[in-house]
Amino acid sequence: MNFTFSPEELTAIELSLRVGFWAMVTSLPVALAVAMLLSRVEFWGRSVLDAVVYLPLVMPPVVTGYILLILFGRRGALGEPLADYLGIVFAFRWTGAALASAVMGFPLMVRSMRLSIDAVDRRLEDAAATLGANRVWVWLTVTLPLILPGIAAGMILSFARALGEFGATITFVSNIPGETETLPIAIYTFLQVPGGELGALRLTLVSVAISVAALFASEAIARRATRRAAGL
Amino acid sequence: MLSVSITHRLGAFTLDAEFESEGGLTALFGRSGAGKTSLVNAIAGLIRPDRGRIAIDGEVLTDTEARRFVPAHRRRVGYVFQEGRLFPHLNVRQNLGYGRWFAPKSPLTPKSKPLGGSEFDHVVGLLGIDHLLARRPANLSGGEKQRVAIGRALLARPRVLVMDEPLASLDDSRRHEIFPYIERLRDEMRVPIIYVSHSIPEVARLATTLVVLSEGQVAAIGPTAEIMGRLDLFPLTGRAEAGAILATRVSGHDQHFGLTTLRAAAGDLRVPYLDLPVGAALRVRIRARDVMIALHPPQGLSALNVLPGTVAEVAQGDGPIVQMRLDCAGEALIARLTRRSVETMGLIPGLKVHAVIKSIAFDHHAFAGVAPGAVSSDAEVADG
Repeated sequence: MNFTFSPEELTAIELSLRVGFWAMVTSLPVALAVAMLLSRVEFWGRSVLDAVVYLPLVMPPVVTGYILLILFGRRGALGEPLADYLGIVFAFRWTGAALASAVMGFPLMVRSMRLSIDAVDRRLEDAAATLGANRVWVWLTVTLPLILPGIAAGMILSFARALGEFGATITFVSNIPGETETLPIAIYTFLQVPGGELGALRLTLVSVAISVAALFASEAIARRATRRAAGL
Repeated sequence: MLSVSITHRLGAFTLDAEFESEGGLTALFGRSGAGKTSLVNAIAGLIRPDRGRIAIDGEVLTDTEARRFVPAHRRRVGYVFQEGRLFPHLNVRQNLGYGRWFAPKSPLTPKSKPLGGSEFDHVVGLLGIDHLLARRPANLSGGEKQRVAIGRALLARPRVLVMDEPLASLDDSRRHEIFPYIERLRDEMRVPIIYVSHSIPEVARLATTLVVLSEGQVAAIGPTAEIMGRLDLFPLTGRAEAGAILATRVSGHDQHFGLTTLRAAAGDLRVPYLDLPVGAALRVRIRARDVMIALHPPQGLSALNVLPGTVAEVAQGDGPIVQMRLDCAGEALIARLTRRSVETMGLIPGLKVHAVIKSIAFDHHAFAGVAPGAVSSDAEVADG
């Protein structure tokens, strides 16, 4: 068995990591804001936002991909103005694959952050206020450090979800080698052609290795978080 | 000076309280649910009262009429919470330093001597927490946590320090470990303290001014000894624990019998040995149930303390127990007797009597203002 990666396989690995990284990084601030909003603010329509956030988790990925295509396609309601005025194009680009992955990982990221925000003892925030910290400082010096493990766990979940994303990505941005052909799509493609099994196997092993690494990282963070919460 | 006058609806009843504090330690005393915590939360800016006004040194912090509400972080009201609320992700040094970031730069000075070393070192030394600086809050005992919490609040340079039952979560011995530190705070720092408590021994030991709260209303306010001596407040100040407070000085020690003599205006008291120098000031709480009344100077009695006085007031009631206040050379002493004794002895206001107090009644509950060094012997007193 030959373990040397072909250029096509290396491209798929690099692309997957890039897509996963950007999906994770760009959804981070949005997810954190939404998690804070859902956890802390009483407002009209909160349950609607709650449902919308979790929708990608329960909808068939192909449906999510199709909705993205309608919204962010070249002639889409959002895709057209974005392309015309800001020059941001998602359709059939790796950025579209990142968007699809970000959307699919979003509920997981928000959920993980929200749980940790809910767990913060708000009386500590009151204590910080009596010590002279305004709301921004309270958030930066008390809330943020206490929810950091939840944020990290959410990021890892989102990254792992991005590496496994298939349905929404292939529906939204199709299967273009070097542009949108991520690991799972490449594995699928290899299996469609005669003699592609070896390439599929190699990429499968890479996938497993990355997933296991992500799992270990999240375990380590969870352990550290538990110790930290105990103040050790 | 702190002045508070607020009305705030709290579920079943309405908090409607008004008081002023000039300095020293003002205790807000009352049963659980009397509205004490809501009152201090309003002072700290953690809740907005429905109506009212709160001002410190002339600066208005809350005025519902003028729609003024200074947020908690700009009030400079230090707050020591019942559960400490130390930041779990910071060590003790970082917890202590937290408020200093935001504090104004003019340092807090103690009343008497100028600061040797930095303010941080001074506070850390005052509270005896220098050996804890590198630890995390989870590794501290309850008493240590509260001392760190006090230090953290002080180092934020507050104009007023609010303490909400800071000793309630501690057991008795831990509580006695903290008393001296709060006393030093009261006597050495310039910061007025508002101290919430539902414990008579705590209030008797620490408070200079006492505000008695009952169902959201201020039932009485005044110097601690005066309020504790008022018979009409006994239902609120707690019958069993109630007693008068005498200001005394150590006048001598009897090594042979292991006794210390305390001089009060009312007369001399002989109590089990106290490790205090002659001349040291000491507050003594004499519980009403430890006081007996004799019509004539008693003979052949084992009790060592006999104070002459006059019956000043007899509380009327139908129960078997009656409270009475004696005037002993200008100081009040409270006695708790059966109604039968009061009637058979004919105890009425104006009658000259003798108050008899057993020396062993002076256990650690009786002493307040004991210097930190004397606390260990304090415990021996309790055992003996």
